[in-house]
Amino acid sequence: MLGGMQATTAIPEIEFQDVSYRVAGTQVLSGFNLQVQSGETLVLLGRSGSGKTTLLKLVNRLLTPSSGDIRVKGLSNAKADVIGLRRSIGYVIQDVGLFPHFTVERNIGLVPRIGGWPEDRIRARVQELLQLVGLAADLASRYPHQLSGGQRQRVGVARALAADPEILLMDEPFGALDPLTRDELQREFLALQQRLHKTVVFVTHDLREALRLGTRIALMEAGRLVTVLTPREFLQSSDPLASAYVRAFGEGLESAANRGTS
Amino acid sequence: MNVFRYIWQNQGQVLELTLEHLRLVGFSTLFAMLAGIPLGIVIARRPRWNKPVLASANIIQTIPSLALFGFLLPVPWLGERSERLAILALTLYALLPIIRNTYTGIRGVDPAVVEAGRGMGLTESQLLFQVELPLAVSVILSGVRVAVVISVGLATIAAAIGAGGLGEFIFRGLAMVDNRVILAGAIPAAVLALTADFGVGWLERRMQTR
Ligand SMILES: Nc1ncnc2c1ncn2[C@@H]1O[C@H](COP(=O)(O)OP(=O)(O)OP(=O)(O)O)[C@@H](O)[C@H]1O
Ligand SMILES: [Mg+2]
Repeated sequence: MLGGMQATTAIPEIEFQDVSYRVAGTQVLSGFNLQVQSGETLVLLGRSGSGKTTLLKLVNRLLTPSSGDIRVKGLSNAKADVIGLRRSIGYVIQDVGLFPHFTVERNIGLVPRIGGWPEDRIRARVQELLQLVGLAADLASRYPHQLSGGQRQRVGVARALAADPEILLMDEPFGALDPLTRDELQREFLALQQRLHKTVVFVTHDLREALRLGTRIALMEAGRLVTVLTPREFLQSSDPLASAYVRAFGEGLESAANRGTS
Repeated sequence: MNVFRYIWQNQGQVLELTLEHLRLVGFSTLFAMLAGIPLGIVIARRPRWNKPVLASANIIQTIPSLALFGFLLPVPWLGERSERLAILALTLYALLPIIRNTYTGIRGVDPAVVEAGRGMGLTESQLLFQVELPLAVSVILSGVRVAVVISVGLATIAAAIGAGGLGEFIFRGLAMVDNRVILAGAIPAAVLALTADFGVGWLERRMQTR
């Protein structure tokens, strides 16, 4: 369980090697180098438009880099079989993207189903996952439009976990939720991660979430990696951008506290 | 003088011509779907082909129907049997709404859903058959509905080249200057159009995904 320390010598689970991505005349990412170790939760933190989603899509090859290489488990993903690669990586997309014509059960069971699992095993797996993400079993027969936003996001997470992938890409999976539900989901994520030890790349622009969930935080700005820090290092960092985040975060709390006393 | 009495007295022929009419409409719609839906899928995938394909279907639609029947008459294998010819002409007219709606239906699927499917490792054909087509089906059907209603009307002109159908009454009535005879063709045709409109519309609503 405390195996994270030995990871320094192992092959990184995901590795970005000098990756650049250009589209429609915009340089979205440039000279990006980063390693994600097995079993860690790497948080990508950065403001809107800094290239976080683009980075995730390069991992499962929804996008192809203009230059540089991305290796998954040591294998360049330009050489991997794309369909197999994607099925081995769980992906929670920013807009959830549940299939509106499928029930919750079919949404979650899709990857196992196309992977040829027998029906009864799929059904059992769906029930197990619903429980894992804190949803009632009888939600299985509902359609996405019959769920609340928070329930939909949970289904999105369950769907990504369905075929038990070792890698999870999560693009603001808890965005657009009220703070209490968000807190609850974060807590469940931590509990889950303690059991499952997936390699997770987690996108957020919320510092509190990054500090809480990340083993390391990769700070991005305008398509570049600024720095990679542990949560503790982040709070003490002298990096101007990192300290700007911390300041903004602290000021929010402070001004609220001040208003309370006056 | 009563139209309905006339129809009643000639019920055998009305029924026969109605069935002929249905054959013309049914086959042409079927062929238009077989050609139009794949074409719509192709242009949804390759936007570069979108303009030429839709423009061609559009041009066909602007040819006056009588002229189109006339153009096709000299075509060897077709000209011999006017029914085939009529079906071909009707098929060409039905293409545009079907191609266009297939295209719009597929393009209208939420990009987030398509991206989720692709990101989960669906192959292109799994994506098409399990996600895009099911989500586009009600839009496609509404194109089919338009095509059917147009066909029912246009098929009356097929009688001009001897392909039969309810148009026979209409042309005969025009020649005889007898409104009863015209209406004996026009009323069943209108009923057919309304029924088809309602029937396909019902299917469309049933297929509607939330
Ligand atoms: N297809 C495209 N054409 C042009 N620009 C693009 C394209 N895709 C992405 N971009 C640009 O690349 C930049 C990075 O986009 P990306 O979606 O990765 O940002 P993000 O960090 O995920 O932002 P957010 O937090 O708002 O989701 C943005 O400025 C965006 O406008
Ligand atoms: Mg994003």
